Amino acid sequence: MSVMALAKALGITLRHFFSRPVTVPYPDAPVAIKPRFHGRHVLTRHPDSGLEKCIGCSLCAAACPAYAIYVEPAENDPENPVSIGERYAKVYEINMLRCIFCGNCEEACPTGAIVLGNEFELADYRYADFVYTKEDLLLDAVGSRPQRREAARTGKPVKLGFEVPYVRPELEGVKYE
Amino acid sequence: MIWQLFLTAVKALVLILALLFAFAYITWIMRRGLARFQVRLGPNRVGPFGLLQPIADAVKAIFKEDITVERADRVLYWLAPLIAFTFALAAFAAIPVGPDGWVVANLDMGVLYVFAVSELAVYGIFLAGWASGSKYPLMGGLRSIAALVGYELALGMAILPVVLMTGSLNLQDIVAWQQKHGYLILWQFPAFLVYFVASLAEMSRTPFDFAEAEQELVAGFHTEYASMKFVSFYIAELLHWITGSALMATLFLGGWAAPFGLPEVPVLWLFLKWAIFIFLVLWIWASWFRTRYDQMIRFAWGVLLPAATVWFLITAYYVAKGGAL
Repeated sequence: MSVMALAKALGITLRHFFSRPVTVPYPDAPVAIKPRFHGRHVLTRHPDSGLEKCIGCSLCAAACPAYAIYVEPAENDPENPVSIGERYAKVYEINMLRCIFCGNCEEACPTGAIVLGNEFELADYRYADFVYTKEDLLLDAVGSRPQRREAARTGKPVKLGFEVPYVRPELEGVKYE
Repeated sequence: MIWQLFLTAVKALVLILALLFAFAYITWIMRRGLARFQVRLGPNRVGPFGLLQPIADAVKAIFKEDITVERADRVLYWLAPLIAFTFALAAFAAIPVGPDGWVVANLDMGVLYVFAVSELAVYGIFLAGWASGSKYPLMGGLRSIAALVGYELALGMAILPVVLMTGSLNLQDIVAWQQKHGYLILWQFPAFLVYFVASLAEMSRTPFDFAEAEQELVAGFHTEYASMKFVSFYIAELLHWITGSALMATLFLGGWAAPFGLPEVPVLWLFLKWAIFIFLVLWIWASWFRTRYDQMIRFAWGVLLPAATVWFLITAYYVAKGGAL
């Protein structure tokens, strides 16, 4: 222990005292999120036709380590198809309380339909509200279920608490703003 | 006589309110300051810049459940926070904040009074450790007593050359002397260094805050205290910091006297000088490690005490040769 070392310690802390705090005042200012952040899932669509990519194969449910996904397939009506394949997902549910956001579903998906997005503000009041259905997951839905409920109540647009430098190509068609 | 008594009572009341207000905002300064040292923001949600945070804390503390530990010695367990709190509050009384009337008690033994009363607060800490009937508080209490044995001598020895030089124990006289001859930090720099280090131990601040050492002793002597009893200890602890800084400003930086021939404003100059020491202690707090208490005692007896003694002899020689101004 030398006096020089003690003085050096004081110098370091003083330099930090006059530097900018690294804290992000989160709800007031947006958090910067990395493009590959594992957030809430999105069910994507084909960009030109607008048809769903999901073909209801349930491989995501099989790959899920937390048994959070439930898929119920149905035959496509050839006249008016929902997805491009023979079948589509009639029911597609993810329990966000069970989900561990590992991304195995995204890796298992043969058509790139289920993709982990960047949203993370999922806090809600009731267990039942954490089971996200197709209407919550399809890319038209911006914001989590409580955020959209809040937006509907106040009449203001959904306010997301984060920003991403660019949305990765797997999330084609998703808009975060 | 009655008028004198009334005036002193009013002054004491004002001082107590001012000290409690200072305590409330020293918690804010401490948390914001430490946060800035650690590149954080600190509490900023309650009011502008988090300025209402102390009020929120106070409300929370009042509504906390007041726990008495089963193994506690009931009487001492209740008495300890009162002792710590009362003596911490009383110590400031002899420190002048302005010319003649601006002190609660203009004692001829002012320096001794401040020392005696702030050391009595250690009884509060020790009794808390003893009465809690639990091992961590006991260790914390014993450490603070052990530290007292260490730093107290150095503290006393460092103050002697100041007293020799000024020829008075009265804090007003010491300030008056400094007004005439320049600040004692210039005359007595070695004494100031020893005093400052010993004072860190007296205020139980880093690097000598081993009495509550949260990494080893949970919360040291006040582990078993909750609610307002805990707050009493907290107040006592921070008031030591406040009083100690004010005393250092008075002894070595000229107290309430204005520097550089600026106009005299009673409380302002002491406040600014006091703020220097508050910041210094906070800075050290954010920068340094914590010593073990045996290391601290070895340092106090082996380095601080001899250094203070040698400097005392030098000053005594100087004064004896007729150098006392």
